[in-house]
Amino acid sequence: MNEFLAMGGYGAYVWSSYAIFFIVLLIDFLAPRLQRRRVLAELRGRMKRQRKQPENPPT
Amino acid sequence: MRYGTTASACAAVIRRDLLLTWRRRGDALNPVLFALIVVVLFPLALGPEPNQLARIAAGIVFVAILIAGLLALDTLFRADYDDGTLEQLVLSPHPLPLLLAGKIFVHWLTTAVPLILAAPLLAGMLFLPRSVLPVLLCALALATPLLSLLGAVCVALTVGMRRSGMLLALLVLPLYVPVLIFAAGACEAAQAGLPFIAPLLWLGAALAMALVLAPLACAAALRISIS
Amino acid sequence: MNTLTLWFHKFGSPPTFYRVSGLLTPWLYAAALVFAAIGLYGGLVLAPPDYQQSDAYRIIFVHVPCAWMSLFAYFFMAVNAFIALVWRIKISETLAMASAPVGAAFTAITLATGAIWGKPMWGTWWTWDARLTSELVLLFLYLGVIGLYHAIEDRRQAARAAAFLALIGVVNVPIVHFSVKWWNTLHQGSTVRLFGPSAIDSSMLWPLLLLALATHIWFFASLFARARVSLLELESGKDWARADALPTGAAHE
Repeated sequence: MNEFLAMGGYGAYVWSSYAIFFIVLLIDFLAPRLQRRRVLAELRGRMKRQRKQPENPPT
Repeated sequence: MRYGTTASACAAVIRRDLLLTWRRRGDALNPVLFALIVVVLFPLALGPEPNQLARIAAGIVFVAILIAGLLALDTLFRADYDDGTLEQLVLSPHPLPLLLAGKIFVHWLTTAVPLILAAPLLAGMLFLPRSVLPVLLCALALATPLLSLLGAVCVALTVGMRRSGMLLALLVLPLYVPVLIFAAGACEAAQAGLPFIAPLLWLGAALAMALVLAPLACAAALRISIS
Repeated sequence: MNTLTLWFHKFGSPPTFYRVSGLLTPWLYAAALVFAAIGLYGGLVLAPPDYQQSDAYRIIFVHVPCAWMSLFAYFFMAVNAFIALVWRIKISETLAMASAPVGAAFTAITLATGAIWGKPMWGTWWTWDARLTSELVLLFLYLGVIGLYHAIEDRRQAARAAAFLALIGVVNVPIVHFSVKWWNTLHQGSTVRLFGPSAIDSSMLWPLLLLALATHIWFFASLFARARVSLLELESGKDWARADALPTGAAHE
């Protein structure tokens, strides 16, 4: 196991590369989900406001 | 002058732009001043050693002129966009690429030519060897119209944006990289005593293509931006 | 109308695309993870150390697939940009714009892992050779497309402007590559010998190919996820989008 982590002395380089790979792709995974949540919330808010409107007749 | 022909329309656009620039002729020297400041800063930052400066002089002059030109790029369409003239140009029955070619020509004439005229001074301040100066001027004469043409396409995409400065620089950078490489490369070759005609020919070829294609691309980009 | 054009027409409609890609996306993510896991096991555990580079070469299993993806994503973006500009197809606009951030992510990983790999191998984090400089310019191109897309208010106009920029960029990348290569030959003596996977052993090849497959699948998964959100925003006035937004029990995917 130690050998695996040491990677022949280049452990820091190899594992930091893999870390960057995973972290960037994790962000790439999360970003659309967060955006989707925001868009849906906004859309629901807008729909709610539009449904309320007929109850308040313009004067 | 016969009204209604495309030639007279182009002439009118050119004449108008020249007149407008003449009315604000003080502003036309701003790019030169900026390039001058940049060139002055380099010896202060790197040390006054002439040999060291001479080795990088051509590159610094090119970068200073390139950035000064980049800052001046916004003025190409700004005023016309603000008062609605640009829209009229896009709507005109005359071929938009030709009209834009006229505008770009005047812009190059009033922003880049002063820079080219100032280049010997800039190069002298950085101890560029005298023998390289003609190559530098030739490379500038070929590169600056190219930069104006390529820059015009990018400005057309960002026309009307209030704070488009950094975005414009980002858009324009990938296009400017090959031009800079060949222009500065020609000077480097000349300075090293190597043949320098090849990169200049490449610049010439690129310029020939850009003269035809850039106005077309610029017109297409303007139509997308103003729609 | 024959079935192929009918199918193409249907898939080009936003609600159909939304539905179909919504069904596919979780499977694509899963497939990418499975292939990646197998490939990483093969690359990190099974494959032997390189006789020249010892274990440091294992960076290749993330660096090269990401490099390939950075180019593939741009190609994909450019094709959709072309379709969007010429035929004004909304789906193509959306796909082109959605591929930009994914491509940028892969490019960033490529540059970062390449620099990290370069340090122990060539002794330097960076070198201005044609490949690295072109990859850096590629990153700027992606950022430019993303920046331009977000700078314009009207979404469709923004997509067309950014698509136009993407097409200009496609022509530019080979030019940059060529010009830097020429510039490097001018400056002889500053070049560092690059590691090229010339004759790669099969035990190292199959994990590499598997990871290449995994990253391709991941690209499409991420692309679909982003495109779906984009379509929701774009079509928020339409009934199908509003139906999806209704607060049912599983309003999130």
